[in-house]
Amino acid sequence: MNFEFSADQKFIQQQAREFLSVKCTTQQVRTVLDGGDALDEALWQDVIKLGWTGTTIPESYGGLGLSHLELCVIAEELGRALAPIPLSSSLYLATEILLMAGSEKQKQSWLPRLAGGDVRATVQVPPGGAGRLYPTVQHKDGTLRSESCVVADAGIADFIIVAAEDEEGIGLFLITTDQEAVVISPTTAIDPTRPLFMVALNDATSERVGGAGDGADILGNCIDRAAVLVAFEQVGGASACLDMGREYTTNRYAFGRPVASFQAIKHKLADMFVAIELARSNAYYGAWALSTDAADLTLAAAAARISAGDAYFACSKENIQAHGGMGFTWEFDCHLYYRRAQHLSLLLGGQRYWKNRLVDQIKLNHAA
Amino acid sequence: MDFNDTAEQAAFRAEIREWLSVNATARQPNQGVQDLGSVFRRAKEWYKKVYDAGYACHTWPKEYGGGGRSQIEAVIWSQEVANYAEPDGYFVIGQGNCGPALMALATEEEKRRLLPRMASAEDVWCQLFSEPGAGSDVAGLRTRAVQADDSDWRINGQKIWTSGAQFSQYGVILCRTDPDVSKYRGLTMFYIDMEQAGVEVRPIVQMDGGQHFNEVYFNDAVVPDSWRLGEVGGGWSAALTVLMNERMAISGVQPNGFSEFLQFCLSAELADGPAIDDPVVRDRLADWYCKDAGLRNANSRMLTAISQGGIPGAEASLGKLVGAAMNQEIANFVLQEIGPEAAVCDEQFAAMQANFQKAILFSPGIRLAGGTDEVMRNIIAEQVLGLPQEPRADKGIPFCDIPTGSSS
Ligand SMILES: Cc1cc2nc3c(=O)[nH]c(=O)nc-3n(C[C@H](O)[C@H](O)[C@H](O)COP(=O)(O)OP(=O)(O)OC[C@H]3O[C@@H](n4cnc5c(N)ncnc54)[C@H](O)[C@@H]3O)c2cc1C
Repeated sequence: MNFEFSADQKFIQQQAREFLSVKCTTQQVRTVLDGGDALDEALWQDVIKLGWTGTTIPESYGGLGLSHLELCVIAEELGRALAPIPLSSSLYLATEILLMAGSEKQKQSWLPRLAGGDVRATVQVPPGGAGRLYPTVQHKDGTLRSESCVVADAGIADFIIVAAEDEEGIGLFLITTDQEAVVISPTTAIDPTRPLFMVALNDATSERVGGAGDGADILGNCIDRAAVLVAFEQVGGASACLDMGREYTTNRYAFGRPVASFQAIKHKLADMFVAIELARSNAYYGAWALSTDAADLTLAAAAARISAGDAYFACSKENIQAHGGMGFTWEFDCHLYYRRAQHLSLLLGGQRYWKNRLVDQIKLNHAA
Repeated sequence: MDFNDTAEQAAFRAEIREWLSVNATARQPNQGVQDLGSVFRRAKEWYKKVYDAGYACHTWPKEYGGGGRSQIEAVIWSQEVANYAEPDGYFVIGQGNCGPALMALATEEEKRRLLPRMASAEDVWCQLFSEPGAGSDVAGLRTRAVQADDSDWRINGQKIWTSGAQFSQYGVILCRTDPDVSKYRGLTMFYIDMEQAGVEVRPIVQMDGGQHFNEVYFNDAVVPDSWRLGEVGGGWSAALTVLMNERMAISGVQPNGFSEFLQFCLSAELADGPAIDDPVVRDRLADWYCKDAGLRNANSRMLTAISQGGIPGAEASLGKLVGAAMNQEIANFVLQEIGPEAAVCDEQFAAMQANFQKAILFSPGIRLAGGTDEVMRNIIAEQVLGLPQEPRADKGIPFCDIPTGSSS
């Protein structure tokens, strides 16, 4: 047993942190926030140059051919830096589905362009509850219909993968966004640095990804895998909140002493540390399960996801509290993390979806 | 990153599985009530058997009665023995706290003489730190050790909450040797013969009715100077070594109640259907599963760090802090789910041999023993996060001038 990232992986993490501390300051994130942009295009171009868009894409398709462990450490840094880029949509989700279920032709046509940054993609995560996803899109003869539904990053994506129902069950389909039948309109989001769009499909032309009727399994599995990566982003963000809270309360004085010397504040920060340690430890196990396709990936992903979501919410709210009135201002960065915490924890289904998925899996394991 | 056993670890696991299947007692659905004395005797017998097979104190060097194995192998042992109705970690205070203190501070001759008997549980050891006036602030202790002309030390005073003192041959004791210097500098650590005339042990009845801990009175008890552990006045740093080992020793075996809770969820029928299908139960099951998994995985990370040469830091406080509180919350939750009949404590009638009824009464103690929840948070805040200490009223003044209160 060895429960630690390798020296090489830690080095990649260190490089990522240094790079982002220059290219993705919170000042930079605020440019996206205040400007209403859908992403930080300059940062995205740098990320493409580093090859991150192809981290887990095999070299034969133009990627770096690294394992998911390397992607996990990068994800933690992206989360810490609040990176306003669509890597989760494009890489953790869309690329992953093509790698898992795409035909050879689809892989050859899309993966090199995804890796090289020529195209961006996203996946519609259907509404979820009770541990299941409920697709709202209908498929008929290669075309898709749907009323407006939420899709992260759709407005900056070249194609979208959606789950749609037909007589054969739920299948996955790829639609390019350059057609008139795909109507994408902007909307406001809790976290404006990660944009959401409303997408309506009026008989959009599509191609199937994977087999008929196997869409729920593939998508469920893909979301499990993405959940581990997002958990690392959440752990990174939560750690940033703890660092920020510690820094501020150490330098802020009240009643003639540092606020951080009051036990109510110390215990608050200790609880933040505890929540992060539990979440990080579950995320590590998730990373191992993800990189080895372990049998208990679903359990591992759900545990990582639930504890990381809880930790990020707890840390981002208590960081605001520890900052006093300053924490409630637009000017201070506390709310950027608080917003991102909500965004990430809703992105792949809320806690209700994950708790149900976890308990269903426990039941299944014990029935066997 | 790799969670699977290496070939060597897998071989070790197979070996002990085989040994346990022959030598250990299987879990029985209905284990009756046993008095403390008989539980203790059974535990001693079991440890002797384990020792003779070479499976005691896995991480200790072989010459001191240990297995000369790694922390990871110790964990494998704990995982496997957990499948049987045998005590693991029963002598954790001696083997987990006192053993490492001797390892660090005793002479070679003492280690070879004392440690193997501790490993086999032929000698039981207790830890005599807390006093009526000094628990969280243990450095405020008052039990005096004075060196007589014959160079032996005479011990006078009172210890309290000493777990297992009634069964112990030896104890590791922290005493004040100089009251005129600041409190941390006037302490000295010894080991002491518990069976001598000057030591009187009186069991204390706990709130759950059990009697695991004791008051211990010292009336001119004698300790030879050669039984001193560390320098005169060096007791505090010696004690910190012990306490650090304690947190590590319990962080892996700290009961958090999850496996019993899972068993409840999978087997219980509530008034309106199986527990596992109840939305409220499911919500809690998910939460506690995540905490339990988080603790296990955090422990694995700590072990990895140790096996790569790191030292366990205050992070080890995590298991204690989270597990103890969780245990109590689980007990309360299950009792409230069951409803009125859960108030019955009788093992014959209450679900799972009254596990949760016992847990609700025992769990408050776990949040106190080995450092309270509040002290654990202080440790994390100060030692891990580096936050400033609170202003203190006992700094820089001689021990004898420090203010005291009237609650004993
Ligand atoms: C089951 C059990 C077994 C034990 N076994 C042993 C043993 O074998 N050997 C041994 O030496 N001791 C043992 N102890 C003693 C244990 O270590 C002490 O009870 C514990 O450290 C608390 O000390 P206290 O009881 O004096 O409480 P106090 O220190 O008086 O604490 C009272 C309250 O004040 C709080 N408090 C105190 N200081 C602070 C602070 N700085 N900040 C915030 N809150 C604070 C505490 O958290 C607690 O809530 C055992 C205790 C129990 C319950």
